[in-house]
Amino acid sequence: MASDSTSPLRAGGVGKTGITRLMPFSTGLHALLLKLGLSSRNCVILVPYIWLTLFFLVPFFIVLKISFAYMTIAQPPFTHFSETGHLSLNISDSYGRLISDRLYIDSYLNAIKMAAISTVLCLLLGYPMAYGMARAKPSTRNILLMLVILPFWTSFLIRVYAWIGLLKNNGVINNILMAVGVINEPLHMMNTNFAVYLGILYSYLPFMILPLYANLEKMDLSLLEAAADLGCKPLKAFFVITVRLSLPGIVAGAMLVFIPAVGEYVIPELLGGPSTQMIGRTLYNEFFSNRDWPTASAVAIAILILLVVPLAIFQRYQDKQMEAAE
Amino acid sequence: MAAEKQKPQSTHTPWNDPQAVPYIRIENVTKRFGDFTAVDNVSLNIYRGELFSLLGGSGCGKTTLLRMLAGFETPTTGKIYIDGVDMAGIPPYERPTNMMFQSYALFPHMTVEQNVAFGLKQDGVKDAEIKKRVAEILELVKLTQFAKRKPHQLSGGQRQRVALARSLVKQPKLLLLDEPLGALDKKLREATQFELMNIQDRLGITFIVVTHDQEEAMTLSTRIGVMNAGEIAQVGTPQEIYEYPNNEMVADFIGSVNLFEGKIVEDEPGHVLINSAEAGGDIYIDHGISSAPGAKVWVALRPEKIHLSKEDIQQPNNCLKGVVKGIAYMGNLSIYLIQLDSGKQIKVTQQNQLRSAEQLIDWDDRVSLTFHPNSPVALLG
Repeated sequence: MASDSTSPLRAGGVGKTGITRLMPFSTGLHALLLKLGLSSRNCVILVPYIWLTLFFLVPFFIVLKISFAYMTIAQPPFTHFSETGHLSLNISDSYGRLISDRLYIDSYLNAIKMAAISTVLCLLLGYPMAYGMARAKPSTRNILLMLVILPFWTSFLIRVYAWIGLLKNNGVINNILMAVGVINEPLHMMNTNFAVYLGILYSYLPFMILPLYANLEKMDLSLLEAAADLGCKPLKAFFVITVRLSLPGIVAGAMLVFIPAVGEYVIPELLGGPSTQMIGRTLYNEFFSNRDWPTASAVAIAILILLVVPLAIFQRYQDKQMEAAE
Repeated sequence: MAAEKQKPQSTHTPWNDPQAVPYIRIENVTKRFGDFTAVDNVSLNIYRGELFSLLGGSGCGKTTLLRMLAGFETPTTGKIYIDGVDMAGIPPYERPTNMMFQSYALFPHMTVEQNVAFGLKQDGVKDAEIKKRVAEILELVKLTQFAKRKPHQLSGGQRQRVALARSLVKQPKLLLLDEPLGALDKKLREATQFELMNIQDRLGITFIVVTHDQEEAMTLSTRIGVMNAGEIAQVGTPQEIYEYPNNEMVADFIGSVNLFEGKIVEDEPGHVLINSAEAGGDIYIDHGISSAPGAKVWVALRPEKIHLSKEDIQQPNNCLKGVVKGIAYMGNLSIYLIQLDSGKQIKVTQQNQLRSAEQLIDWDDRVSLTFHPNSPVALLG
């Protein structure tokens, strides 16, 4: 294939040439698609992209548009840009309020704080679990993996509800502790930050374990032998070699926990108290209680920008690091 | 042992000197994994400055033996002494050994320099000293200009040299090499073999090399230990092992060999006469073996020690007849496949002293095969 560089087919690139060679017959549709610059491979990739454009990018632009509108008592409850004949952009009401009203900044910071603490807790609990799984016998490994995935077979909402039954004042935990005689009056666990942390930790732990496990499982164990051979004690080798090499897994797991935890609504709503003000909950109240769609949209856009931009930069940096490591 | 047959006395052969104190002593070491015995009652003495090869096919226990020396495996029974110290209970990170891994096991997140410096750092060597020693060893393996690269930016040969540098930099009492040249192509392997011998000679470190490549073992080693099914089949210099294999397995494993089954007719101190139906004649060997007449023996005869002739040679022994069934032209030599009158096929190699156009022996020619009484080796079955 490399020798026929004069062939006109080469002009379309190596990948396309390969595919055309595999399919000597060119149907009418296939030829048309090729003319449009779409090889079969590109067509396959196109489907998810169209899906994401329709159901993510388009709604995103609708939200972006609403965030710049004025709130009105109408159906839908916001103005359109050209209603009065000239362009009317509202920044002070929606975005201005995000800065002037401490509620938004506080709930945003609180959400980040709680998500960060939960991520660290997930890592501290998930790393030993993933490590144990990766070093278990291959036959045991699959059973352990199954056990981690098992909770997904029940709805997320139901599992969070179940925690209410466990944590409330006359719930399972308090009843058992009182029956055994450890405590005389019920512990107040429901509607506290503790319950929220517990809920997030419980719900998101598999998202930490799975990427860590995938990473630790494929680690070359002879590296640890090499470290020991060169005089490195096992505990030090664990940090210098194992943890260092599992950084991509740690970052992947941390992102999978941190990002959804920041915007988490269900867990603080069901398990948290009035003081648990997270940005997802604020957004919900803005939208459904206050019916202030422009402000709710502005909150959504703000979360997105404040989360996505630093993460995108971090991801780029991480990609470079991983490239260097492999 | 084969070593008893040849006695070249020199200072470079401490294994022939009863006064010499072995540097590494392996005493009756056995290693079992469940029901499987990987290493079976192995005893070995290795001397300071030796380049000792453990040679054998896959699963013969050579790597397990090496890993026990490094401390990654514990012997089920038996003892290992390095420089007089019992290694039992001493973890790998406290042993005076370093290992070069078959996969090289370079740390992927560290540069060449950091990889090599890793071992010195663990010992708390001062930064300036580390820098000096790393620079020296990288110079030795000719990698100075690659010091800042990561392993994935290097070729296979370069990685292998990083692994060697990393295991050498601590100047261990014993360097263990697990198939060190396995991943290299033939040309590079040959060049590296000599480099390795050079380095070993200069640093005077004792090397133990595990290999399945008999050519590699022959080139590198002061002595070879041939292993089979967890046991040491024979220990000796490359020459002893090749010329005086002490059993069929060793004869067959090292180089190419023709084996004939036979019966001893005469067994005198100076010679043996063996009748072999398989060879189709009598074989006279000019050195004795101690066994009773009538005993069953194997006669090992190397293909390059047989002379081929189209003449119909008549002599009472060491003369076989056959027909050429195949010729493989290798350039410097040709391999002839000969079918003896007994029906057995054997291999004979001849130097190509003339050009192929003048080649005298052709397919289907009837030939006489003769050999010197010194050439065959009798192996008791």
